[in-house]
Amino acid sequence: MVIILFELALTFYFAATIVGVLELFKSSKATTRLLMILAVIGFALHTANIVLRFFIGGHLPITNMHEASSFFSWCIVLLFFYIEYRYKVGLLGSFVMPVVFLFMLSSSILPRGIKPLSPLLQSSWFAVHTLLAFLGDAAFAMAAGIGLMYLLQEHFVKKKHLGSLFQRLPSLQSLDEINYRLISIGFPLLTLAIVTGSIWAETALGSYWRWDPKETWSLITWFIYVFVLHARLRAGWRGKKAAYLSIIGFLAVLFTFFGVNLILKGYHSYLQ
Amino acid sequence: MRLLVTGLNHKTAPIEIREKVAFDGPKLEEGLKGLLKGQEIEGAVILSTCNRVELYLQTTNIEGAKRYVVDFLSEFHKVKLPELEKSLYMFFDEEAVRHVFRVASSLDSMVVGEPQILGQVKDAFEFALQRKYTSVLLNKLFKKAISVAKRIRTETRIAENAVSISYAAVELAKKIFTDLSEKTFMLLGAGEMAELAVRHLINNGVKDVAVANRTYERGVELANQFCGRAVKFEQFKEELVYTDIIICSTGAPTYILYKNEMQSIMKKRKHKPVFIIDISVPRNIDPEINRIDNVYLYDVDDLQSVVDTNILERKKEAEKAERIVDEEVEKFMKWMESLDAVPTIVALRNFAERIKNAELERLMNRIGEIDERQRRLIETTINAVVNKILHPPTIALKDDREDRDVLIATIKILYGLGEEKNEHNN
Repeated sequence: MVIILFELALTFYFAATIVGVLELFKSSKATTRLLMILAVIGFALHTANIVLRFFIGGHLPITNMHEASSFFSWCIVLLFFYIEYRYKVGLLGSFVMPVVFLFMLSSSILPRGIKPLSPLLQSSWFAVHTLLAFLGDAAFAMAAGIGLMYLLQEHFVKKKHLGSLFQRLPSLQSLDEINYRLISIGFPLLTLAIVTGSIWAETALGSYWRWDPKETWSLITWFIYVFVLHARLRAGWRGKKAAYLSIIGFLAVLFTFFGVNLILKGYHSYLQ
Repeated sequence: MRLLVTGLNHKTAPIEIREKVAFDGPKLEEGLKGLLKGQEIEGAVILSTCNRVELYLQTTNIEGAKRYVVDFLSEFHKVKLPELEKSLYMFFDEEAVRHVFRVASSLDSMVVGEPQILGQVKDAFEFALQRKYTSVLLNKLFKKAISVAKRIRTETRIAENAVSISYAAVELAKKIFTDLSEKTFMLLGAGEMAELAVRHLINNGVKDVAVANRTYERGVELANQFCGRAVKFEQFKEELVYTDIIICSTGAPTYILYKNEMQSIMKKRKHKPVFIIDISVPRNIDPEINRIDNVYLYDVDDLQSVVDTNILERKKEAEKAERIVDEEVEKFMKWMESLDAVPTIVALRNFAERIKNAELERLMNRIGEIDERQRRLIETTINAVVNKILHPPTIALKDDREDRDVLIATIKILYGLGEEKNEHNN
């Protein structure tokens, strides 16, 4: 059942991705609605899958790479709905759904077993710390997607290529504002994730900070976003610069998320 | 044959003639009244805009109506007949339907896809409808024309994309900024195209308007027109720190704003985006400025090429629209032709009914005493015979076939139905 739900969610996300890519070339109210319906169904199935895993395993299902990838895409879809509802950004789905699908796909090829929580992770901090980190990372992922849309639209306006994609993309100001908004959602979440993580480390391992690779890279990521926010507020680094920075920031997030687990070993590694 | 459209438009008549035959103000109702006085005219709608004057008529006799309408127009507007006839076009039935559909859908407009015409068609129709100058057929025609126009609006992109420089500037501003009402605007200089663009910007929400003109008094005058404020021309660079959208149209022979100046302005405004439209020729703004981050500079050629691509795009969409019109005209004509058959069917039925009633009465007089049940049985039987005999010709008349008019004529001759037509036309 768990597997069927996952596969079905994957299928619906895939369909939404196809519609999203097609929308880049030609879109109408009907295609936009279709994409939304597919995404909502996929999300419902996905939610059921996660809830089921939660009840079977008795803990938040983010204890191996399969679960982590899957949960991460779940967070992105959740945020996608929020942004879509709040700002009605044209074509956002075309940029978000492929990312969601890729995370789900990578999740689908990783081992899926539900294992009991290792003693190290058995703490109420576990849920709080990971949830904050995942939501923060999802916000950064969205910010990068919006940043990409900004760069595309900026290119069109600057180079005076005013084709049909230009017509359908939102205004530069909207994209820039949403980008800023997402980073200012993601940043406190990341900060809290680091704080709760270190408190947890103190109670479980006896010290706040141990320079575990994940910790180090989280800190690097954190500094990048400090810089993004500071540059915007103090020096007016908005628009193109902000868009590039949000993409760089997300690359750091990705490395913290995948790279650290796959290349560098530490107690954050899920792969045993 | 029952529909007649006649009139003139920007393609067939110069403005001097269009002015003369315009039905403006009280002339509109007088015109309708005058048209309906014609014996052959059963209903009329008049459309009078600055680009076209058209009369839409339902008539029983096209030839008669043609003559009447031309004479009427010439007399009503006091235009000489030959002068008028030179610019008039006429369409009947199918071509008339097509013309109405094309006009309402803005396919016949000077700027294809312009949105005003549909409203003007609606108004013209409503005006005639409320004062009862239209006919059932005209009502159906105009309702259909409006729905065809809407269908074309939604199914093609004919009305999308700006096709004038000033609109193109506004569309661009909307892709840079989300809400124009929060943005500050400055007009540098003056000029017809620039002022038109300012009006479009104001219509799209821009509130904070400043005008800087070399002649301060002229600036004040313009500022008053736009409910804005005048700025001394020497101070415009300081003002740019607080300005988001600039339209520049001065007669200066050289650049009045250079890259390094703009760079320091951008620093002062914390790199908030600026949209500059330079429609002066020769250009007044150093084109290098477009290289600065968050500055978007468009000159008149840039805007013109946007407009050109959009016009090309519209032409492609217009072809799609024409196909929709063809399809709808065909449907409408089928419906109209089926109307031709209705009076004949009714007449045929009445003819049979009369014979049946007369014969039944005669029979009842001769047959003597019968009870109610028997009487009803006889009646039912005769009814069934009549209906069964009438069924095949009724079906044939209702059927959508090419030789329907021949069929109608034949049946009329065979049963001597000709004179009954008028009775059922109403």
